[in-house]
Amino acid sequence: MTDIIDTQLANLSNKKELSQELKRRAMRTDYLGTFFKYLFFLSAFIGVLSVATIGYFLFYEGIPAIKHAGLIEFLSGREWLPPALYGIASMIVASLVSSLGAVIIGVPIAILCAVFLAEIAPKWLANLVRPAIELLAGIPSVVYGFFGLVIIVPAIQTLFNIPAGSTLLAAIIVLSVMILPTVITIAETSIRAVPSTYKEGALALGASQVYTIFKVILPAARSGILAGIVLGVARAVGETMAIIMVMGNAPAMPNSLLESARSLTANIALEMSYATGMHASSLYATGIVLLIFVMLLNACLLYLNRQRAYS
Amino acid sequence: MNQAIKDKFALTAIWTCALITILFLVWMLWHILSNGLSYVSWEFVTSSYSAIGKASGIWSMIVSTIYMVVLSISIAAPLGIMTALFLTEYAKPSSNSVKVIRFCTESLAGIPSIIYGLFGMTFFVVTLGLGFSILSGALTLSILILPVIIRTTEEALLAVPQAYREAAYGLGASKIYTIWRVILPSAMPGIITAVILSTGRIIGESAPVFLTAGMVTRIPESVFDSGRTLTVHLYKLTQELFTIHEWNQAYATATVLIMLVLAINVITKIIGKQLNKANY
Amino acid sequence: MNNKIFSSISALSLLLSSAAIAGNTVTVSGSTSVTGLMEVLAETYQLQQNDYIEVQGTGSGAGIRAAKEGTSMIGMSSRPVATDELGKDVQQFVMALDGIAVAVNNQNPIKNLSIEQVKAIYTGDINNWSQVGGDDQAIVAVTREVGSGTRGAFEDIMGLTRKINDITVTAISARAQVQSGNGSIKTLVANNSAAIGFISLGSVDESLAALQIEGVDATKANIQTGDYGIARPFVLMAANSPEPEAQQFIDYIMSSEGQQVIADHGYIEVK
Repeated sequence: MTDIIDTQLANLSNKKELSQELKRRAMRTDYLGTFFKYLFFLSAFIGVLSVATIGYFLFYEGIPAIKHAGLIEFLSGREWLPPALYGIASMIVASLVSSLGAVIIGVPIAILCAVFLAEIAPKWLANLVRPAIELLAGIPSVVYGFFGLVIIVPAIQTLFNIPAGSTLLAAIIVLSVMILPTVITIAETSIRAVPSTYKEGALALGASQVYTIFKVILPAARSGILAGIVLGVARAVGETMAIIMVMGNAPAMPNSLLESARSLTANIALEMSYATGMHASSLYATGIVLLIFVMLLNACLLYLNRQRAYS
Repeated sequence: MNQAIKDKFALTAIWTCALITILFLVWMLWHILSNGLSYVSWEFVTSSYSAIGKASGIWSMIVSTIYMVVLSISIAAPLGIMTALFLTEYAKPSSNSVKVIRFCTESLAGIPSIIYGLFGMTFFVVTLGLGFSILSGALTLSILILPVIIRTTEEALLAVPQAYREAAYGLGASKIYTIWRVILPSAMPGIITAVILSTGRIIGESAPVFLTAGMVTRIPESVFDSGRTLTVHLYKLTQELFTIHEWNQAYATATVLIMLVLAINVITKIIGKQLNKANY
Repeated sequence: MNNKIFSSISALSLLLSSAAIAGNTVTVSGSTSVTGLMEVLAETYQLQQNDYIEVQGTGSGAGIRAAKEGTSMIGMSSRPVATDELGKDVQQFVMALDGIAVAVNNQNPIKNLSIEQVKAIYTGDINNWSQVGGDDQAIVAVTREVGSGTRGAFEDIMGLTRKINDITVTAISARAQVQSGNGSIKTLVANNSAAIGFISLGSVDESLAALQIEGVDATKANIQTGDYGIARPFVLMAANSPEPEAQQFIDYIMSSEGQQVIADHGYIEVK
């Protein structure tokens, strides 16, 4: 293409013709440049449009149910009896408890694992373990759920001698494994990002390797690790299929970790294809609550990232 | 002395945690592969699913999955790449439009996939009248993978040395020519990584897929047909079937899924190596 | 680069264009309990002619809605459908009868329960097997999700409903575990010695034990005579003047050949 134009250009011996041709080409490229600039801007805007449309539909469909039940009733009601009573308190509790449990079990393991990869493990071992963790991240959640269903649920049943193993505890165990790769990857990156002078300084002052890790490196990488935890919580709150398969889905307020419960996500996935009218609307409203949780987590993340950029 | 004991204890804890993580992965893989591998055969992969006969292959699910991956990426990749180009090459980093776009992309990344399913079912399936179809599913999934593509492409674009751009402009190249001939080719390995990462995501999703693309077991003839992806098939197997024969199918399907994920990870690794070799 | 773009565009257009159309597509959606049987009927039917039957297992509620709104040519329900649920433009056919079996684990010594006992188990009033003459073990009641035809029919037949603010809601305890398919209930009951669940009689096999209700075995014969009362119809719904291909498929299901397939798979033929 360019070759042809250039020979054309070379053939224009007349100076006036040449300058005119150059001008014309400059104009044309400019049109092209502007066209692409706006095309790129438009595609960047698709993301904004998607968020707006998703938000709009969720609220448009969900608000009638919240109005019908009353906001307080909807959030604090313990009885989920469509089409008469719509209370999602037990599901909010189930979602929060299962995510919190996953954080309590998963996060310490993940952080120590990140320390292992970044500081302790010999290079060859780290290079073996890291792909394994990436594999853990890529396994579909249905496979986790399947594994939970055939192994973890029966194990809990026998271990605790309870009638049914599909419990909050089973969900917590599955979720804590599922958030491992997210937290490990981000924590490792932020541990590696700590300037090596910190470590060298501490070691030169006679501190042991472990002391340096826990008193110097981890505090310095704090905000990055927190960001990883927040992302892990977001993954746990949003998980659906694995939870449906292991948590029993009973819409009652759980009294202990060894009882069945239903998460916000499971409530939507289980009843969506059946629901009509106000019942369907209440499921969208469940989605709004879920969305608000995730948005709050995102706000935390934004704050943490800004802090990280600050330091 | 005291510190030495503490150190020993901490080191043990660190090694134990790494070991737990790996052992869990190995346990899970071993359990699924040992139960599933013997049922994965050429015939299982290439024969069609049937409700009457004993044939229980997953070929139609593989075809549906391929449709879903190709279509979602054909929609999301151009959009994502162009967005990344806008963010890195055109916009001023501190401008309000960039802040809004970035905030929305981050939000998209955080929205739980079940909400995408809810949205896709309302908007694409019902409001736009596309019905349960590969197209509805792919449109929904393309929004879901958009953040992954934008972020990864952006990183790749930022990694292209400023000197390349300056050299191109210095030679009189226009901005769009520079992008097309200089920047995009140098960022290509990163863009391919973005595409592969999204492929993994599409293969792994289930809730937003069956709420929008349905679960018909036939080989789809066009994107307007409903289809069942591998992940949805595994979910359906665990929900609706029961006999030993069907459990074996579930294990075999899980095995195929794990192999796919493994293949995707290996390919990403290879491209990543290539990326490091490229001279920046 | 241009070539690549061109080839990907042509690949895309290939995807979009429908391949050689063999025949018409008949869309069927609804009850997950009917879906298994419908897939079998569809496959046998497809062996004879060119139309394709597309079966989506979305649930009875969704099937009724799809038939009413015309989003599917044929809707499926696994519970009786009231005429005011459908509107006057939609007709319904009973294609088969199916019992609902109350099933327990094979190790459970209980072989018979009364309707009142089953009811009390599901409302949560009875929560230990010893209260109905079994081992001293807590009962794990398993139910389908709200909107399931099997659950709807079970609640109606057993009287497991109550009124709140004049609206009929379920009386099944919120503590009962919820599973979203016959298969997952079977899995749970077959693997848990304390569990009790209700599933389509057509999907009962040796992995679990169907209970006698009021001393009557859950069998096809007893449903036909009316001795075993927990049975519901499989209902098809279609527009009053359906597309010819949909009508043909319905005719096939109602023909002696279609009814034979239904009988062969453990369901009760209606003709």
